[in-house]
Amino acid sequence: MIHTFPNGGVHPAEDKFAAGSSIKALPVPETVIIPLSQHIGAPAEPLVKKGDKVKTGQLIAKSKGFVSANIHSSVTGTVKKIDNEPDSSGYKRTSVVIETEDDQWEEGIDTGTSIKKNITAGPEDIITRTLDAGIVGLGGATFPSHIKLSVPKGKKAEILIINGVECEPCLTSDHRLMLEKGEELLVGVSLIMKALNVTRALIGIENNKPDAISHLSRLAQDYDGITVKTLKVKYPQGGEKQLIKALINREVPSGGLPIDVGTVVHNVGTAYAVYEAVQKNKPLIERVVTVTGKGVERPSNFLVRIGTPVKTLIEAAGGIPGNTGKIVNGGPMMGKALNNIEVPVNKGTSGILIIPAPEAARKPVVNCVRCAKCVSACPMGLEPHLLMPATEFKKWDLAEEEKILDCMECGSCSYICPSGRPLLDYIRLGKSTVSKIIRSRKQ
Amino acid sequence: MSDIVIYSIITLGAMGAAAAIILFLVAKKFNVVEDPRIDLVEEELPAANCGGCGLPGCRAFAEALVKADDISELKCPVSSSEAMAKISEILGKEIPEPEPLVAVVRCAGTPANRPRNNIYDGTPKCSVASALYTGESNCPYGCLGLGDCVEACRFDAIHMNHETGLPEVTDELCTACNACVVECPRNIIELRKKNKKDRKIYVACINEEKGGVARKSCKVACIGCGKCVKACKFDAITMENNLAYIDPVKCKLCRKCAPECPTNAILEINFPVRKQKAGAQAQE
Repeated sequence: MIHTFPNGGVHPAEDKFAAGSSIKALPVPETVIIPLSQHIGAPAEPLVKKGDKVKTGQLIAKSKGFVSANIHSSVTGTVKKIDNEPDSSGYKRTSVVIETEDDQWEEGIDTGTSIKKNITAGPEDIITRTLDAGIVGLGGATFPSHIKLSVPKGKKAEILIINGVECEPCLTSDHRLMLEKGEELLVGVSLIMKALNVTRALIGIENNKPDAISHLSRLAQDYDGITVKTLKVKYPQGGEKQLIKALINREVPSGGLPIDVGTVVHNVGTAYAVYEAVQKNKPLIERVVTVTGKGVERPSNFLVRIGTPVKTLIEAAGGIPGNTGKIVNGGPMMGKALNNIEVPVNKGTSGILIIPAPEAARKPVVNCVRCAKCVSACPMGLEPHLLMPATEFKKWDLAEEEKILDCMECGSCSYICPSGRPLLDYIRLGKSTVSKIIRSRKQ
Repeated sequence: MSDIVIYSIITLGAMGAAAAIILFLVAKKFNVVEDPRIDLVEEELPAANCGGCGLPGCRAFAEALVKADDISELKCPVSSSEAMAKISEILGKEIPEPEPLVAVVRCAGTPANRPRNNIYDGTPKCSVASALYTGESNCPYGCLGLGDCVEACRFDAIHMNHETGLPEVTDELCTACNACVVECPRNIIELRKKNKKDRKIYVACINEEKGGVARKSCKVACIGCGKCVKACKFDAITMENNLAYIDPVKCKLCRKCAPECPTNAILEINFPVRKQKAGAQAQE
């Protein structure tokens, strides 16, 4: 019996062109741009200044406040400047620009390929190492992981859920990671289990990745309490609330967190990063990024240093095809189009998608035909057809009552709408306005 | 037969009388004494309910006017001075002459000045586009040209010029109600003092980036060079965050600053054509 979440969801074409290409490490680029805000929360505070020499893995910016994360240099070289550089939205954020030299790792970092299975660190050590290594949720939300590892007082974690769903079409970085770094990943899962003091962990994988399921299931036999669960393909199963519902049939209350139902969800990429941080003393300075698309010459999964310009990745995959319409940071459902390919890869970049012009065009917007397809597609049980006009006509009270803040911006409504209505565009705007109103009310 | 008629009349009459007494008492008890001047004042107000006064509609503003002892703080940006004089007469309170203001769009990023490097095909609303990214040009401060301000204007005073991609204000119709200023997600529109013959001189740029960066994304960006600050004899120009700002109250419209600007970021509007200097003519 394979499970999935009951409400809503859509079935976009999977188009996982890069699924068969193994992870290739990209050469270190000439310059890297490392933004100081690659996570949710306060930007990190720079510790280096112009002209400083830095080594690979050296701490260059310290987390500021509780919800924040450390930033490490991903290369060896000289700090060229600390300036405002455009991020993937084009808006400028403070970044450290480093000109690279020969790669020299900071002392104490194990760069070898041997797998360290023996866990010696205690729960506190694991959390501290995660904090020090600047690990954030690598599924895309980039929420600092150490916060999710420390269970708040009065709450108890029972089950750890590891998200290997990768429901976003086209992206294959998690898939390849599970296939190629399975053993390390499972050690990472055991580490997170130890930090959370739980005895059971479930790894949820959709059944379009049978190779990953069989590989991890085989490896998991050697690890206590870790089970691989097969899930039916449905978007957005990788949403943490959907995954919890699908795997353990519990519902996170509106406005609540997974810990409220006794669980914590981490991405497979995060588990791997925790392994590297604790067992190898290696901070989060590289990640796997999928570069794919219909016209792309060599759809690939690259292991890239944080701060590498997107342009370098695209060139390594064979360059931009002739009829390109959009270059998207992320997948086709939740990704955002880039207007500049000089922007750097950051901790949250899971893929670069190149879409040909005919497919990139938006459908013409016509009137709502009241078909309610958006209502049946919404995995959160919201009514997008109502939330969009509520935002359009500034009915913020109505939007709040209708739980606009529960929307996780999966885009299923906009995808399914036969009238091509930009439902998510408005809902996103409504969400930010309503949360601003709520914040001002609290003050 | 006649009994039925009589009884009906008596019963209904008694019920009617009882209801009348109750209604009379209730009306006495819950009588709301409303100042009749509120209605009179409201009649003089423009009834646009634009919210420019900061209160929810003209009725609320009329109530506030009647209630307040000192009404110098209460301003209706839409009403003419005659209407306000009438209101002052009704209330017997002094109303200071308001300084007329007009909305000014502080961006001159036409496609020629500010090259577009991508095409936005999302929802045509500035608020949506601004939340997503910097827009079709590289300038993260400039006008997005999708017309949220046009939609916000209740007086038909602001229109999109499709050639320049920028909104234009019709000064005669603008009531300075502030609606467009609030609506613009980039805070490009500003209310400035209205001058004689609708003359205006202002920095048509709000880009706070360093000179070189700003100049790269737009030919007419303010680069923060400070030449205008030196040229101004009235201390009207200040420089903050790489951006010059001309104080509309201190500015005497002497036009000394505009020719100094190396990027033509200072706009002079409705002025007579500048006489060219003899030297400049000879060179041509």
